[in-house]
Amino acid sequence: MMTEKFPSRLLENAVNEFAKLPGIGRKTALRLVLHLLKQDVADVEIFGHSIIQARTEIKHCKICHNISDGDICNICSQPDRLPEIICVVENIRDVMAIENTRQFTGLYHVLGGIISPMDGVGPADLEINSLIERVRSGNVAEVILALSTTMEGDTTNFFLYKKLKDFNVRISTLARGVSVGDELEYADELTLGRSIKNRLDFESSLSQ
Amino acid sequence: MHLESLSLLNFKNLEEVDLQFSPDLNCFIGNNGAGKTNLMDAIYYLSFCKSFLNPVDGLNVRHEEEFFVIQGKYQRLGQDESIYCGLKRGQKKHFKRNKKEYQKLAEHIGLLPLIIITPSDIDLIMGGSEERRRFLDGLISQYDQIYLDHLLRYNRALLQRNKLLKQFASERSYNEDSLDVWDEQLVHYGNLIHLKRVEYIDRLQPVFQQYYELISCGNERIGMEHQSQLYETDFALLLRENRHKDRVVQYTTVGIHKDDILFNLGDYPIKKLGSQGQKKTYLVALKLAQFDFIKAMSGMTPILLLDDIFDKLDKSRVEQIVKLVADDHFGQIFITDTNREHLDQIIRQVAADSKIFRVSQGTVREQNHEEK
Ligand SMILES: [Zn+2]
Repeated sequence: MMTEKFPSRLLENAVNEFAKLPGIGRKTALRLVLHLLKQDVADVEIFGHSIIQARTEIKHCKICHNISDGDICNICSQPDRLPEIICVVENIRDVMAIENTRQFTGLYHVLGGIISPMDGVGPADLEINSLIERVRSGNVAEVILALSTTMEGDTTNFFLYKKLKDFNVRISTLARGVSVGDELEYADELTLGRSIKNRLDFESSLSQ
Repeated sequence: MHLESLSLLNFKNLEEVDLQFSPDLNCFIGNNGAGKTNLMDAIYYLSFCKSFLNPVDGLNVRHEEEFFVIQGKYQRLGQDESIYCGLKRGQKKHFKRNKKEYQKLAEHIGLLPLIIITPSDIDLIMGGSEERRRFLDGLISQYDQIYLDHLLRYNRALLQRNKLLKQFASERSYNEDSLDVWDEQLVHYGNLIHLKRVEYIDRLQPVFQQYYELISCGNERIGMEHQSQLYETDFALLLRENRHKDRVVQYTTVGIHKDDILFNLGDYPIKKLGSQGQKKTYLVALKLAQFDFIKAMSGMTPILLLDDIFDKLDKSRVEQIVKLVADDHFGQIFITDTNREHLDQIIRQVAADSKIFRVSQGTVREQNHEEK
């Protein structure tokens, strides 16, 4: 790969940066850069600025850790949502999938990943302590563990269950049957909506 | 269920083959290296989507050719089934049932049950414990999807736990809670797997014993002794007790992934004391027991492939095997041999329809029964 000869060092730098993105090889990177070179300078400035702004100005909600423009996200700040029900999810894509069902009126807690030693992710890398603090504060009646049914999602659900079971809260999980690998993101809205309404106690789901 | 016809293009040393089979008995005769076993392998492919000899698909394409095609027409539960398997070098394998491509090959496994008895079965006795676990796991998971799911999850949890142990060592850190949660997953799935293994070995054993007695005309007791650390100690406790050791060696030293099956003849392990003939008889009996098992579970009579099984067996054992498989209990059978004598003997015993195919240097020709 290092044998490529670029006529310009600036071009090469740009290609190198694009190629660092997930799923982008060097060929695609070159195509994208050449495409940008053909655009108006103003448009490319908007493009570059939006990325820098996203990176520097996007915040994480102080309550649920979802991505947000302000200190409190637009879900946590809605007055008609029920703060005593918390749905624990892996990332913002899961929040969006559940929001699309319009079946959930509580708040979220975004962990920022799941426990997976193979990916170098341990409990300390996730928003677990902040979840425990939310529960400890006493205003929570139910925690819904809605992580994927993969081995890692399952293990993380279980880890959280052990941390939370001594608090006076109901701990539940989505009613999803035994199918494997049905990531929330890919579950269709109808099924997902139904499984949020018909959730079951986490403890009873363990015996399945 | 049976295979009606088979066509091959560029599969291993077979350039072009079109064969119509008998629903009962089919014999392939030829010298070693002629291509008999490759015909067996092609039939195996159509049931299991892979070779039993070479796991790398690309290596099954005929020398200097670009692709291979295997096609089979089956009669199954009163329906025609047309199965297609095609591979172009460097591309994804295509597998179709009645012209419809499978999304996942796993969906096909079990559709056309098949048992093969081949010289490489000896690895089951002589090889490491992994071979025996794979045999047992394959037997159970072929018709128990939940077992397979549990096994995959157990293996995944094991991989994660081992990774965590390595991380602790490299980062000089330790977090008990992190380890506990993987232990609990291993215990949950490990116990479920253990119960199934116990159950299935208990069910397999008497059938196995019966076949061994039939073939050997004797009453030697054979035994399959399931060896598992879980018999002596509760799995959760076992993991606790070995936690320190696991941290030192940086992998999980106890669990159902260490199980083995001890194959005994009388009071002795057959691995150490059995003769070649005894070992072979042992394996034939084991595979025929597996045949019965799959027949009962699938409700179909599996196809039986006997690849070069008479070699190293004395005359009386060959006769017994022939008598056995000539029984109505077995359905369609394919046999390879270098020796016409064995085959004639079988054909005489089997009243049913039979066909003989002569295989030489990659070509196959049907033979009249009178031709020698
Ligand atoms: Zn929020």
